[in-house]
Amino acid sequence: MCPGWAVYGRGIMPVAVETNEKFAAYAHPERLVSTEWLAEALAAGATKDGRLVVVESDEDVLLYESGHIPGSVKVDWHTDLNDDVQRDYIDGAAFALLATAKGISRDTTVVVYGDKSNWWAAYALWVFTLFGHDDVRLLDGGRDKWIAEGRELTTDRTEVTPSAGYPVVERNDAPIRAYKEDVLAHAGKPLIDVRSPEEYSGERTHMPAYPQEGTLRGGHIPTAASVPWARAAESDGTYRSREELEALYLGEAGLQAGDDVVAYCRIGERSSHTWFALKYLLGFETVRNYDGSWTEWGNAVRVPIAVGTERGEWPTGN
Amino acid sequence: MTTSPALPPALAEIVNDFQELEERDRLTLLLEFSRSLPALPERLTNHPELLEQVVECQSPLFLTVESEKTDDGEVIRLFFQAPPEAPTTRGFASVLFEGLDGLTAEQILAVPDDMPDQLGLTRAISPLRMRGMSAILGRVKRKVASGLRPAA
Repeated sequence: MCPGWAVYGRGIMPVAVETNEKFAAYAHPERLVSTEWLAEALAAGATKDGRLVVVESDEDVLLYESGHIPGSVKVDWHTDLNDDVQRDYIDGAAFALLATAKGISRDTTVVVYGDKSNWWAAYALWVFTLFGHDDVRLLDGGRDKWIAEGRELTTDRTEVTPSAGYPVVERNDAPIRAYKEDVLAHAGKPLIDVRSPEEYSGERTHMPAYPQEGTLRGGHIPTAASVPWARAAESDGTYRSREELEALYLGEAGLQAGDDVVAYCRIGERSSHTWFALKYLLGFETVRNYDGSWTEWGNAVRVPIAVGTERGEWPTGN
Repeated sequence: MTTSPALPPALAEIVNDFQELEERDRLTLLLEFSRSLPALPERLTNHPELLEQVVECQSPLFLTVESEKTDDGEVIRLFFQAPPEAPTTRGFASVLFEGLDGLTAEQILAVPDDMPDQLGLTRAISPLRMRGMSAILGRVKRKVASGLRPAA
């Protein structure tokens, strides 16, 4: 058994964090787990007593049912995390119901994984963080790496014992979520656009093959640096090393330690992946995800855009 | 709930099957459909250029239609390809395959555009994903309407 498997006595982090050389270099190594770690945790029975809940969050609403990590539960970004009426995330009461039904208590360690290099997993982790859930971690490499390594999947329905009750905690958006007005007020400070170069320049208004999320205008928010999300990931979907991430965001994109950063994409899922890298792997204190992203900005009335490969400038007087 | 009388019998039966189920069981049924989507015949897998991508789907879906002469006259054959990582898309393609394959062009063109909504899945899979599903039917009908490539 992995020696890291002892339970913390103080009850702050019920499941011990993983220690390895790659993670140790990150600002917050406690936010990532490897597939090996998770396999050992499952073998050690950590999901059986409620200390650990493994959550799968995918783009496709049925992918979990087609085969998932044994004992994991599903959280769907559309049907679970979004409010039916208001175009917003669910409120504290709905989140408490969701978490309780998934067997999650306020002090549960939650490990999230998903398809497409963890886009929706990072997004779900970000939403859990809006509710201040303390211990939520990402499975480095996600679903694809787990499968590529030949690890076990099952179609068995997970028998969930609801938790004793998740408290109703209202979302605290301000620290990690930017609204359109916040982005306008952010003018002059660093923005990271994580979409494809074609979306950034305005040649395309949507990702290849995703026109249903299209917008009226193509381009980017003035002054935003273009760093497509995938550049933070290795080919196996794991995050790049701290050194490589620093070269990318501090070097190429020109961020400086202590910067107040806003990241955005098209609907906020790819930028959750980058938000995670900036916040937890590089340790920027103030990083916000603009989840309205280009579907809002590219359709919004009275906001400026920049077109082409140059970053552009905010109009004077803005 | 009632089924539109305009649906061809096989498709009407599928729609009824969905409607008779609770919402979460409808998802399970869609997953079963996703597993039964037939693989492409070799002559098409070797010629991806003969297939057309439905770009409105979040996951890649390729399709083509062919006309085939039978004793009962000319019928339409449908061919779909979507990866196993896209079970929702596969499931809906499979519903259309089982409901429409082998019908005449007139029968397929008469399927109401809101047929996907009749499956009662909109809330379970979200309206955004439903738009991708509706786009598949739209593309099938457009392909059928715009003339057919004779079977190889």
